[in-house]
Amino acid sequence: MDAPEPEKGGITQPRLDFVGYLRFFWRQLTSMRTALFLLLLLAIAAIPGSLVPQVTSDPNGVIAYKRDNPGIAPVLENLQVFTTYSSVWFSAIYLLLFVSLIGCVIPRTKHHLDALRVRPPKTPARLERLEGFTTRPSTVDAPAAVASAEKLLRGLHYRVQVYGDSVSAERGYLRETGNLVFHVALIGVLVTVGVGGGFGYTGQRVVVEGYAFNNSLSSYDSFNPGRFFTDSALEPYSIALDDFEATYEESNLDALGQAIDFTAQVTTTMRGEQPREQDIKVNTPLEIGGTQVYLLGNGYAPVVIVRDADGEVVFNQPTPFLPTDANLTSFGILKIPDGLAEQVGMIGALYPSTAELTSGALTSNYPDLINPTLTLEVYTGDLGLDNGVGSNAYALNTDELTQVAGRNAPEPTIKLGLGDRIELPNGLGSIELAAIPRFASLDVHHDPAQGWVLLFAILVVAGLVTSLFVPRRRVWVKAVTNKDGTVTLEYSGLARGDDPALEAAVADIADRHSPSPKA
Amino acid sequence: MTETLVSYSLVAVYSAMAIYVLAFVLFTLDLARRSSPAPARVETSVEASSGSTRLLERVTTDAPADTKGPRYLRAAVALTVIGWVLHVAAAVLRGAAAGRVPWANMFEFTLTATAIIVGVFLAVQFWQDLRFVGAFVVGFVLIALGVATVNFYVDVVPLPPALQSAWLVIHVFVASLGTAFFALGAAISVVQLLQARRAAGRAAGLRFLDTLPAADKLENLAYRVTVVGFVFWTFTLIAGAVWAERAWGRYWGWDTKEVWTFIIWTIFAGYIHARATRGWRGSRSAWLAIIGFSAVVFNFTIVNLFFKGLHTYSGL
Repeated sequence: MDAPEPEKGGITQPRLDFVGYLRFFWRQLTSMRTALFLLLLLAIAAIPGSLVPQVTSDPNGVIAYKRDNPGIAPVLENLQVFTTYSSVWFSAIYLLLFVSLIGCVIPRTKHHLDALRVRPPKTPARLERLEGFTTRPSTVDAPAAVASAEKLLRGLHYRVQVYGDSVSAERGYLRETGNLVFHVALIGVLVTVGVGGGFGYTGQRVVVEGYAFNNSLSSYDSFNPGRFFTDSALEPYSIALDDFEATYEESNLDALGQAIDFTAQVTTTMRGEQPREQDIKVNTPLEIGGTQVYLLGNGYAPVVIVRDADGEVVFNQPTPFLPTDANLTSFGILKIPDGLAEQVGMIGALYPSTAELTSGALTSNYPDLINPTLTLEVYTGDLGLDNGVGSNAYALNTDELTQVAGRNAPEPTIKLGLGDRIELPNGLGSIELAAIPRFASLDVHHDPAQGWVLLFAILVVAGLVTSLFVPRRRVWVKAVTNKDGTVTLEYSGLARGDDPALEAAVADIADRHSPSPKA
Repeated sequence: MTETLVSYSLVAVYSAMAIYVLAFVLFTLDLARRSSPAPARVETSVEASSGSTRLLERVTTDAPADTKGPRYLRAAVALTVIGWVLHVAAAVLRGAAAGRVPWANMFEFTLTATAIIVGVFLAVQFWQDLRFVGAFVVGFVLIALGVATVNFYVDVVPLPPALQSAWLVIHVFVASLGTAFFALGAAISVVQLLQARRAAGRAAGLRFLDTLPAADKLENLAYRVTVVGFVFWTFTLIAGAVWAERAWGRYWGWDTKEVWTFIIWTIFAGYIHARATRGWRGSRSAWLAIIGFSAVVFNFTIVNLFFKGLHTYSGL
């Protein structure tokens, strides 16, 4: 930082040393104005992430966006717009905001703790200058009036102190307590979210009916560990998908085929325990081994049996197909590297309830298996599985392959109904559609801090409500002995913070204390 | 059965809209009448007869009740009440037709949320005379209902599995409540801005402002309404996170709707802090309340319809 240039003949500013600067910036950072500025900046900074797809919530959208906007995408990439909420600039804003918040909360907490020990302040000399000023004649002498006022205010949960012929009372310390709880709980939310993200993990796994998966790193299709994740965080258990039931609307013509219920019936086994049968539904995850298991997707996994020319089975397994529409028209890839005369790859389409468009193309008009058809385009050649590069199970690179059945081949696309068996071209063998089980796409989450986040969130609301709606006010009652010996009672109050009902409260106290008509 | 109820519901909506139109006209006539030079301004801080209990300081009203003005106003409020009863009936019938809460798609949500806005507007009259924002509130509700019935209308369909949760009832209802208070706060803030301009001598033409509370008074009113909205909004945010954890497998994932709910929360958090910040009281904080409510409307319309995200329940 440059030192401020000394102004000629102007006001000489105090020369700040390094510590002085730190103090200056700290005071700037913790000022309300800066907090407000950072809050509004945070609101603005959050906008780009809603306009551009985010890697975390929509990875395919990011890929599509980059493909469609080759000009601007690299710029956005450099600005970390595809990862807005973990970007340097977004993090900088909220971290500064929280530093500012901490810098504000600490001195306020100290001040509040002091205030909690201090008695209510001395009664001001001139109560008529304060709010809600009311006077009443007293029927008793001053000490008696003060004593009854003290009792009354104590009963109304005021903190009370008698000063001579007057009572000074204060209430609503909870307002500031609530305010501090609100702000500290926000810090709690931030910290516990961070801890949960660091030590937790999420994993995805597709499970076909009749199959099981174990909660181990190798069995996940995709896995996102937190920064501090270790393998020991994986509780060993297994989940077998016994049955998957989907219910679709059948009577309401406006919603024919709309999904009404998905239920995955599973058998779970914890190590050393008896297996248990349980259900997983959307909105009702399974709690097991410190994780939640969610049912986030489903589809069909046709079981295809491929036999070689001699009738020997070389391939017999379900292949999950990706659903692409509400009627579960699904696409998938079959790769058969071994067992046949050549390596074979197939691009398949599954129509659960087959219908034919006027163009002759197939489509599905209902998501359930009413009249399923599997179509396959068959390729031969080198599938590229042996070169050591990992390959995508849901893609087939056909550049080096030859289509032997399909639109661009002498043989037409293979069409299979359930149970059909058809010869493959070129005498390769045969293919059979043996069954069409369902698969469930399960998400496994482990977040050790999730309960804490919820606790702090509840404290946020509790603190907020308290700090906004508990009025903090001071009230004074003074007994003034007049020259003729009569006693006049004076009442007034002072708001500390927003307090629209102060005058009514003072009037109410006056009424309760001396219910006689107004002086 | 469903279809009969749906058609009754629609009849009720159209009737409510027709009556709201009349109410809107009368609210507007009332504002016009306030612009006429005649009525003397009378401060009536109501002192209740029992002792000196001043419950709540009623703000200004105008001259004696035999002028045409309050008659317009009273008729406008009466019509709003009738319209609201029909409006609520429409929402209830829709819910009965669907066999669930009537806020599972954009049409139903608009129908119910606007009923709540009008309900809150009517309810706060017991607390404060805020009838002067009637034209704003009823006008806004009319536009929303018009768009909903013409552009958002969908037939009754069953709930998709992700919406089958008690949180649908809580989360969405509280969000509508929050929206209603924000709407009212924004309406008062608009009047506050006009009033501040008038005080600065730049809106001399708008004479009806003479009959309305001063800017600082309006600012306090707007603040009290808006903080209630803020509490509801905070709850909505948290309830939404709890639900998202159940339905989508994570409590927070920066889904577009989550982002905008967060943005709105932050704007109103800023609004509350603005009151404690020198130089930000007055018109600047009024602008924040208006920007915040605009963001709420944006979140419900543009984000729902054009942004890609998980909250794709518009049914459109």
